[in-house]
Amino acid sequence: MVTIHIDGQELQVKKGITILEAARSANIKIPTLCYHEDQKIKSVCRICLVEIEGQRLLQAACSYPVSEGMVIKTASPKVIKARRNVLELILARHPQDCLNCPKNGFCELQDLTQELHMKRPIRYQRDIRPHQVDESSTSIVRDPTKCILCTRCIEACEDGQTIGVIGKENRGFDTIVVPPYGKDMNETVCVNCGQCVQVCPVGALTIKDDTDKIYENLDSGKILVAQVAPSVRTTIAEALGEAPGTPSAGRLVTAMKLLGFHYVFDADFSADLTIMEEGYELLDRIKNGGVLPMITSCCPAWVKFCETYNPKYVKHLSTAKSPQQMFGPVIKTYFAEKHKIDPANICSISIMPCTAKKFECQREEMNDSGYQDVDISLTVQELANMIREAGINYADLPETPFDDPFGLGSGAGEIFAATGGVMEAALRTVYEVVTGKTLEKLDFHDVRGLDNLKEAEVDLNGTIVRVAVVHGLGNAREIMRKVRAGTANYHFIEVMACPGGCIGGGGNPIRNWKKVKARTESVYQQDRDLPVRKSHETDAIKTIYKEFLGEPLSDKAHHLLHTSYCNRQDLLR
Amino acid sequence: MEEMRILLRNKDKINPTSAQDYIQTGGYEALRKALSMDGQEIIDTLKAAGLRGRGGAGFPTHMKMQFAKNAEDDVKYVVCNADEGEPGTNKDRVLLTTDPNSVFEGMAIAAKAIGAHKGFIYLRAEYPYVFPILKEAIENARAARCLGDDILGSGFSFDIEIHSGAGAYVCGEETALFESIEGHRGEPRYRPPFPGTKGLFGKPTLLNNVETLANFAPILRNGPDWFRKIGSEGSPGTKLFTICGNVNHRGVYEFPMGVNLKEIIYDVCGGIAEGKGLLAVQTGGSSGAIINATQIDLPLDIDHVSASGGRLGCGTILVIDDTNCIVDIVRNNLDFFRSESCGQCTPCREGGTHLYELICKICDGKGTLRDMDTIVDLANTMRITALCGLGHSTAVPVLTSLQNFREVYESHLDGDYCPVCGKDWGN
Repeated sequence: MVTIHIDGQELQVKKGITILEAARSANIKIPTLCYHEDQKIKSVCRICLVEIEGQRLLQAACSYPVSEGMVIKTASPKVIKARRNVLELILARHPQDCLNCPKNGFCELQDLTQELHMKRPIRYQRDIRPHQVDESSTSIVRDPTKCILCTRCIEACEDGQTIGVIGKENRGFDTIVVPPYGKDMNETVCVNCGQCVQVCPVGALTIKDDTDKIYENLDSGKILVAQVAPSVRTTIAEALGEAPGTPSAGRLVTAMKLLGFHYVFDADFSADLTIMEEGYELLDRIKNGGVLPMITSCCPAWVKFCETYNPKYVKHLSTAKSPQQMFGPVIKTYFAEKHKIDPANICSISIMPCTAKKFECQREEMNDSGYQDVDISLTVQELANMIREAGINYADLPETPFDDPFGLGSGAGEIFAATGGVMEAALRTVYEVVTGKTLEKLDFHDVRGLDNLKEAEVDLNGTIVRVAVVHGLGNAREIMRKVRAGTANYHFIEVMACPGGCIGGGGNPIRNWKKVKARTESVYQQDRDLPVRKSHETDAIKTIYKEFLGEPLSDKAHHLLHTSYCNRQDLLR
Repeated sequence: MEEMRILLRNKDKINPTSAQDYIQTGGYEALRKALSMDGQEIIDTLKAAGLRGRGGAGFPTHMKMQFAKNAEDDVKYVVCNADEGEPGTNKDRVLLTTDPNSVFEGMAIAAKAIGAHKGFIYLRAEYPYVFPILKEAIENARAARCLGDDILGSGFSFDIEIHSGAGAYVCGEETALFESIEGHRGEPRYRPPFPGTKGLFGKPTLLNNVETLANFAPILRNGPDWFRKIGSEGSPGTKLFTICGNVNHRGVYEFPMGVNLKEIIYDVCGGIAEGKGLLAVQTGGSSGAIINATQIDLPLDIDHVSASGGRLGCGTILVIDDTNCIVDIVRNNLDFFRSESCGQCTPCREGGTHLYELICKICDGKGTLRDMDTIVDLANTMRITALCGLGHSTAVPVLTSLQNFREVYESHLDGDYCPVCGKDWGN
């Protein structure tokens, strides 16, 4: 412990912590910009400057460690002036079209400018980067004119996801964060995970906005049929200002009905359906000497990653489609037939925690219903915008159940939202199918949590099935190294591209680990609260196999619910 | 005035790549002595000598060394900063091409002092012709067992790898230099941690300028008292000065610290070329202070030059004759800094360009008094907020020239004719 003085307050703090951490522990707020609590210290924006007695230079509070006897001023006239002068330099470079910026109201630079009471005019010649907005990606819009070079996105992409789609080019005033060699985003190895969007403090990286398409389809008289992903009910309230992890399935359905959606279905159903197909596929591979380990394929960012970096190993991917892409054809065939609706008149929409789902629904393999199976994929952030636009007071909405015939899904489908959830859901079903016994303990704690690699073994009538779970593409890359080397001694691996799983996905409200943890707890609580917690036991699953699909892995199931993969290694050239 | 050649003692006298030649002039004797000494004794010797860094900041060398020695780690590095990028500076090139062994010897002594076994020479990209000289010299030194395994039969091992820069001025900043060697973009790191505890590849690292390292052997061989007798009290020893600009005899000269600037210009370098008058002198390279002709009766040592608002830096003296315009000189300085900023931190990346643009505006006769205030405010902000020395020192020529040549700036505002900036602005 060391004794320091911050703004006249004597503090005992841990040796070696930064001035910023020490100040926060004493409830003293130092403004920051490039700093992100889940990332490495960058110390480049030079906003969090403080004065240390005996030093001529101002120091960045985010990076400077405290030491015994240090006397710090966090808001002296010299500090305030310097912060404003630095902010002025950032603003001189930043387009001031805040009122029609997608980040308006959620922009950290906007907040900072307000906080620093930046009321005087900019003294410098405005010099906005002359670069074009890159809208080539299905999922992410990159507007380099707004970039403040905090480099958070570079860290998220390169260190976190080990991809490195964007990096710095040029130097000095001409420095810019771009994909290499003048490529557009859609020409890169970008997997559309949106983790860069999650950390961008300004409007330089935003989610591709597809909300106008919804209004257009409503206008043209289409039947709007929506599926709502498991994690959405856990994060939508947060996107609308409530505490992280506040579940709101009932209110969400009400809001969507108010927005004009004709049918709102629970994608826990298609998660259950995925478990049926994927679970039986696993058993089939184990029994008949198929390719093992089998790896989950519900995450489109992971699938593109595998197709790009490990194209020879796509045979390890389960051929079962993701829940989104299973629900798509089910809606345009089974549901359309049942309700006598012309599938051509259906606009199928998914509400997702994910930016990569926008890419997935546009894959050419995803037209098995005879139409594009899912027409539009919206993120939680976009849906929250629509709810705000419509003036809906989300907090006070009554609850409405999801529509039939897909009703309420199982707890197994629900936990797809968290890392390890698909694995746990699969084990609940596979165990009972193989052993014919009722699973006593439904909770597989070994595959839960935020460890980089989680492993478990399950005894299925004498056959030991070994499973592994990874989340974040850095960990996925690691486990693929083992698969390639033949040392991945597992039967089944779950991979999710986003840290924490879908609940940490790029389409959610802005994340940090604290929020992701609260969301995760909420997901498992919702699982415990559901009447049915195993995929194969829900009424909707039993019915669809009886009425339509026959049995798991049937010809019809294969046609509608399974897919194939491609080789994208040319993206690396 | 006679030069005092300690560092340049072998210049043009021996074959620079021959270890044997160097040994015959007493080379590697200091290393032999150091190998029999305790690391702490070596540091204490340098401390007693009062040696300060010759690269720019003038930091006491023994302190840096002590940090690296005290750091507990099996792997440590000695890095020689040969990224001589300061405009107009050639002294390290002269040392490396005429007596590279003196630098190797210094590195080996430093390695013994801190407990390192591997060294790097980070060579300026624009010195490609120095590379083969160093390579050959290192090979010969290894063959003479002055580098490599079991140096001079002592059991101590130390070897040197040469690493070429890629042409960025900022890579002369120690932590950007580490990033560059590690294969990353050359961007400075925030400090602390300092290189002594966490430097190259995250290991404790001692980084010194070429000239600083070349001082180690003479100090060890002749003792600290001998060294203290040379130069001034706060800055013992000699210094290599690169005199460039409008003097008759430009070049690299070695003088004791504290030598008078006026004498250097008029006695050593033969005065201003082509019989013109002296306008200004910039000491310490582009990041140095610009002083006027009345201020040149100045002892050139670290403390005196600091007191003038600049720094002795690497010892570069740019002499500017009176056909130049000081605002134009500063504009040129700023053009250099803004294009050499790494672009990492806001004040340097953005501020450097705005300073340049404001000065251009003044050159163009379109400046206002308010612009002058903005320049001062911005320069002062950069000086205290930037992440590294490049951003801090961009302001120095601006602020010192404003202090020493205020009337020149004002005459540009007033629209007086400037023969250099070239325009008769009239009204």
